[in-house]
Amino acid sequence: MTTTVDVRSKPGRIFIYRHTLPVRLSHWLNVICMSFLLLSGLQIFNAHPALYWGKYGADYDPAFISIETVEDGNQLRGLTHIGALTLDTSGVLGVSQVDGIPDERAFPAWLTIPSYRDLSTGRRWHFFFAWIFVINGLIYLASGLFSRHFRRDLLPSTEELGGRHLWSEIIDHARLRFPHGEGARRYNTLQKFAYLLVIFVLLPGMIATGLTMSPGFDAIAPWLVDMFGGRQSARTLHFLCAISLVIFVVVHVAMVLLSGFINNLRSMITGYYAIHPGDMK
Amino acid sequence: MNRLLTRRRFLIGATVTASTLGLSGCDAGSESELTKSVLRLAEGLTMKTQRLLLGDAALAREFGEADLSPVFRTNGTTMPDNARYIAWMNSQFSTWKLEIGGLVERPVQLSLDELKALPSRTQITRHDCVEGWSAIGKWTGVPLGMLLHAAGLKPEARYIVFHCADQYEQATDGAGWYYESIDLVDAFHPQTILAYALNNRALEVAHGAPLRLRVERQLGYKQAKYLARIEAVADLAQIYRGRGGFWEDRGYEWYAGI
Repeated sequence: MTTTVDVRSKPGRIFIYRHTLPVRLSHWLNVICMSFLLLSGLQIFNAHPALYWGKYGADYDPAFISIETVEDGNQLRGLTHIGALTLDTSGVLGVSQVDGIPDERAFPAWLTIPSYRDLSTGRRWHFFFAWIFVINGLIYLASGLFSRHFRRDLLPSTEELGGRHLWSEIIDHARLRFPHGEGARRYNTLQKFAYLLVIFVLLPGMIATGLTMSPGFDAIAPWLVDMFGGRQSARTLHFLCAISLVIFVVVHVAMVLLSGFINNLRSMITGYYAIHPGDMK
Repeated sequence: MNRLLTRRRFLIGATVTASTLGLSGCDAGSESELTKSVLRLAEGLTMKTQRLLLGDAALAREFGEADLSPVFRTNGTTMPDNARYIAWMNSQFSTWKLEIGGLVERPVQLSLDELKALPSRTQITRHDCVEGWSAIGKWTGVPLGMLLHAAGLKPEARYIVFHCADQYEQATDGAGWYYESIDLVDAFHPQTILAYALNNRALEVAHGAPLRLRVERQLGYKQAKYLARIEAVADLAQIYRGRGGFWEDRGYEWYAGI
């Protein structure tokens, strides 16, 4: 985010070099990995669509989130239980159409890899992309530390952490008012928070909770699964982390669209981001 | 039509098209041999990494009595329906014998009473099913390593195959019989036992009576039930469909440490 390239294709517009090559490559690789991991993960979830808390959890133990299919007369209904709450989710969760026929499955065919029920193949996709995801993440972290990307671009300054400043950013976001001038040279503070949360909490959380579902890994590092409160807690946290990442991606893509889709997309492909230094913000 | 609407429409259209293409691509990919062999690379990497970090002796977590699952769920075959097994069951397994053979110096046959008279190991461990659920149980049995030492493995033996008395699927090539295999690292691991008791009681039929394998650093499908014969082999390729186990022959990982 330091180099300024003075290409005045339009009056008042300059390009700044916003994203380095390692950031751009790891971003898009991550898009691919996370898509495969999510959809194959839902295939794996479908093999036992219930989440527990603690060291053990199976059919006879209380689940706090579960998706079930029940027969109602000669018709199938999908029920999703969250704690004491039960929602009828027929059509999407619990029962959904496969080639026009209602099928008993937690997540629908269009959200799983493969689309049909096949746990072993889902696992193959999941672990293959998990490896790429981990390697990509390690390279990204090493390069971010080495190039001072985290400290320079993501760590909020003391001034940015002030209550008044944060409040004004919240108001700006609520009004969908985004900076295009000098203010656009840096990430805003809310953006920094979101990225820090994803990079240092949610993504490592996915890996750690995923690893602790492995009986082999638990023999290597039993303290990690204990930290999560047991294997079934880790499985639940894995799912909740995944949901949090889906919510992040929805908000992230919405912000990309609202704050200048072409400019944002260009900068994540070529590295160059246009700003208008003449603008007040 | 304003600009936002067209852009939005374009994006929705593009996303739907891409995801449909992507998903049907994944189905085609899931069935192509090339994709399968590429995806399988992850299993080797996982096994090598885990084995490197585990060493031969790292133990699976052992729990206390307070951690036991109130009900230990059953899975797979819960009542073998072939005549040989039913006859054993009707004799309270007094006519049952465990055969240990294949690449061993001294093949042996052991009755259930003979097995129970040998030194035993009791361990409270977590059983993790590939489907995602877990149950904690207290297993008592004979360390497999001790039996293999007694039988004397020949130098070319590399795997231990467990032949079970249940047919989980009717298959024309005979590959419907349940079987499993582990390598010598797991075979001689101190927690690898042939269990005859669960939670201080004789193993029930639904849990694999009279004897089942416990390989505690791997998933549930490795824990073969209804053991009838143990065979030391040099290679798994000649057994049934060649991938080392009933579920392995149907696409699951042979190394089930994850």
